[in-house]
Amino acid sequence: MAAPRSDRSPWNWLLLIPIAIPLIPALYNADEPRLFGIPMFYWLQLAFIVLGVTTTTVVYRMTRSGR
Amino acid sequence: MNTEIVVFAVLFLVVSGMGFVAARWRRADDLASLHEWGLGGRSFGSWITWFLVGGDLYTAYTFVAVPALLFGAGATGFFALPYTVVTYPLVFLVMIRLWSVSHVHGLVTPADFVRARFGSPTLALLVALTGIVATMPYIALQLVGIEAVLKTMGVRGDLPLIIAFAILAAYTYQSGLRAPALIAFVKDSLIYLVILVAVIYIPSKLGGWGAIFDAAQAKFDATPAPGDGILLNSNNQLQYVTLALGSAMALFLYPHSVTGVLAAKNRDVIKRNMSALPAYSLLLGLIALLGYMAIAAGIKPIGTDVNTVVPQLFDVMFPDWFAGVAFAAVGIGALVPAAIMSIAAANLFTRNIYREYIRPDATDAQEASVSKIASLVVKVGAVLCILLIDPQFSIDLQLIGGVIILQTLPSVALGLFGRWFHRGGLIAGWVAGMGSGLVMLYNIANPATKHAHFGGSAFPLEKLGLDTKMTIYAGFLALAVNLVVAVLGTWLARAIKMAEGPDATRPEDYVADRDDPRVHDLEVAGSS
Repeated sequence: MAAPRSDRSPWNWLLLIPIAIPLIPALYNADEPRLFGIPMFYWLQLAFIVLGVTTTTVVYRMTRSGR
Repeated sequence: MNTEIVVFAVLFLVVSGMGFVAARWRRADDLASLHEWGLGGRSFGSWITWFLVGGDLYTAYTFVAVPALLFGAGATGFFALPYTVVTYPLVFLVMIRLWSVSHVHGLVTPADFVRARFGSPTLALLVALTGIVATMPYIALQLVGIEAVLKTMGVRGDLPLIIAFAILAAYTYQSGLRAPALIAFVKDSLIYLVILVAVIYIPSKLGGWGAIFDAAQAKFDATPAPGDGILLNSNNQLQYVTLALGSAMALFLYPHSVTGVLAAKNRDVIKRNMSALPAYSLLLGLIALLGYMAIAAGIKPIGTDVNTVVPQLFDVMFPDWFAGVAFAAVGIGALVPAAIMSIAAANLFTRNIYREYIRPDATDAQEASVSKIASLVVKVGAVLCILLIDPQFSIDLQLIGGVIILQTLPSVALGLFGRWFHRGGLIAGWVAGMGSGLVMLYNIANPATKHAHFGGSAFPLEKLGLDTKMTIYAGFLALAVNLVVAVLGTWLARAIKMAEGPDATRPEDYVADRDDPRVHDLEVAGSS
């Protein structure tokens, strides 16, 4: 009765961003600028968590079955 | 010292009491089937799944060992952060397919899936054995976490450790997956509390974050080791990236991760969790920095056991009662994953060895009781590992575990997306990946711990004749070997017209959701 289900969605491509970015050390392997005394290597990688949460949340909300 | 032990013991006992009560929680008609006992009735919603999977993946050992890595080597130890950022988007579309096909076909383990998909009991057996072998040392390592805490509190002897594990074994036997799910709430609240206090309070006592990082850099500058420092150098960047990616791919191949995911109520619960679980990564990142705080505070490990630096740091920095809370958080933090891991390993044994090879006509009740006994055996084995063998051996084994569990990726993860591979090719690939991975690990020396073999996971590329000082994650290379052999093996098997195994699944099985009539087991859930 219902149309066949599929997981395909253009939104899924967004998932590549938080996979690729944290795996490029050239982006974050530096001491300066520091944030609250924390070297960039650490604070920027912590910030990637926000990137990951944001993209997966967008993909989830755009592809969930409940709506 | 006494206050610490009292607070630790009280919290530990309260939580253990919860473990026993859990059998009554969200109760279904009977616990006497594997789905009920081993998967908690598969009825867990977003919150419980978040606590369960989070408590399962971010283990006590992680909380002790990751800061110890930063304490010892610096930036390379921080790989745990990109690893846990990358893993969720990576498996986002994979785990929902596994959930669907498992619920349509009543599958409980990754090996069950391989059996259904490729029609090969041999390949399923290999996947099951890989899972059990990779999980066992992981359970043993949870004890290393408890042991580090006990050592710091000055508790001597093996008895407390044995008691802690006996309690764990008893309530897992009684309550199955419900016990860790309920306890995970407490464990995580405690850990969040401790870490938030630690990252605000400790830096303020040590002169701020800037001073902490400068102290760490000064320590690494003073050592002769070339690879340490608070930043990566040109030789260990490839290792950092491949270890993060390889670990991210391995994480959801572990049977205990699969168990946590399959216990979810529907696909949306999994998707929502993939976006909410990184909250734990924030915690992990902050915990990692405790290693540098320990350097700045001048902490020395007890003996050669570098895992004691975090408990030592808490002991020195916190008032006694709060140090007791912190130790309880680590101790309880060890119980949740240990319980889930032993359940997952027991399920593998029951489904893929006992029912496949020993009693094909086993009833649900027989399966559940075999699983319960197997989970006890697994835990006793883990305790014996720690007591009888040098704990360093467990750490080495866990390292090997990550490399070998990756070798199930072509069968399990790629199998979820297609059936291009021939079962013969997959078996050949597994053998090649496993062999090359072990040979590489065997040839990695670690001068710091005086290990000639199994000294780490960073394989020097110069051993392959390349003119470079760069290193790469051994598991990553082994997986590449595995895939190449699996592809060649598949071509060969097709060329000589070797029989394909029957595929019990259909494409629509991989996208079925809870409202689909083919998705069963859910009426058993009975959360009313």
